[in-house]
Amino acid sequence: MSMEAESSAAGAAAGEQPAAPALEPQVVVYCGVCSLPPEYCEFGATVKKCTDWLEANHPALHQQLYSSEALQSKMGTMSLEAQQKAEKDLAKKQQKEELRQEREAAKKKASTVIIKRVERTKRKFVTVVSGVELFDLNVKTVAKDFGKRFACGSSVTKSVTGAEEITVQGDLSDEIMEWLSEKYGVDEDNIRQVDESKKKGSGG
Amino acid sequence: MFKKPVSSSGKTKIKSSVQRNIRQKICEQYPLLAPVIDDVLPKKAQLDLIKAPDRISLYALDNQVLFFQSHDDAIMPHLKVVHKYPQCFPTVQVDRGAIRFILGGAQLMCPGLTSPGAKLPPAEDNIPEGTVVAINAEGKEHACMVGILKMSTEDIKKLNKGNGVENCHYLGDGLWKLDSE
Repeated sequence: MSMEAESSAAGAAAGEQPAAPALEPQVVVYCGVCSLPPEYCEFGATVKKCTDWLEANHPALHQQLYSSEALQSKMGTMSLEAQQKAEKDLAKKQQKEELRQEREAAKKKASTVIIKRVERTKRKFVTVVSGVELFDLNVKTVAKDFGKRFACGSSVTKSVTGAEEITVQGDLSDEIMEWLSEKYGVDEDNIRQVDESKKKGSGG
Repeated sequence: MFKKPVSSSGKTKIKSSVQRNIRQKICEQYPLLAPVIDDVLPKKAQLDLIKAPDRISLYALDNQVLFFQSHDDAIMPHLKVVHKYPQCFPTVQVDRGAIRFILGGAQLMCPGLTSPGAKLPPAEDNIPEGTVVAINAEGKEHACMVGILKMSTEDIKKLNKGNGVENCHYLGDGLWKLDSE
């Protein structure tokens, strides 16, 4: 346990002289699932996932936190009644979280990215991509990536309904579809191409 | 303060003169942090100001929020800073039962600070009212909350009733999540 040694050393140094020599910053591991320090995972709603993650990524820490001794000493000073109540609350919370995740997954399956080709002049087009945010992607960064990948102008614009969409200069529908599934893992079944110029009947 | 997710409306660069001011204020407020201030806030670094609702300003370095401040009140450290330099901030400890309420964003009540699992500084190290403190938890290594003392630690011991510490920033709140994105 290097932590103990460190803190006691720091305490001693502080006791001797207030202007202690440069303190070393502590390196703290954060859970990859819920982003809290792992010791607080048990209070979150995704305990199971958190423990799995910890076991896979930081086995030593997992051992330290979830060994049977550790579990026993955790009970600490809380009364039995309070403990039971806490456990009940936690179970409820977890259930809710699970339901929420299920719902989200279902929603994700149902949502689509729409790639629209819009006519600018007779033979010039822009491509409008909407619905990217439904796949947990940052609209702004995706827009920037498009610009870099296709060497063209690409910006985030507000549509009439107020939703954010990406406008890419040039007719790039097919390329964008490929790139989306390749880089961001968006299933091609969830991407729909729409050609606005044809709908209007102005034909290109 | 950050129960809801923080919606920031862009960030702006802070003038170096203002930045110097902030640095000085932090050093005054947290004398223990002064020796390592160069590591936390390098002199030449460009701080960013992120404006959050309710006149809260967040001071960020390289997209990492380091400190925050509401109106012109005390500057408070982000929990990641507290985790890195735990010795640099005055600390109190709560019992195990209080942790789940804190992570839900509740105000910290006195009994949670006086029970057997909790720890307050001894009488001679009394922390006055209005001080920014880091809150540790029983059996835990890292702090779980940053708050402002509503009464001095001695008063908490004496009264043992009511709101002891105002919860300003806790693990898993809007500010914390803003940072991890």
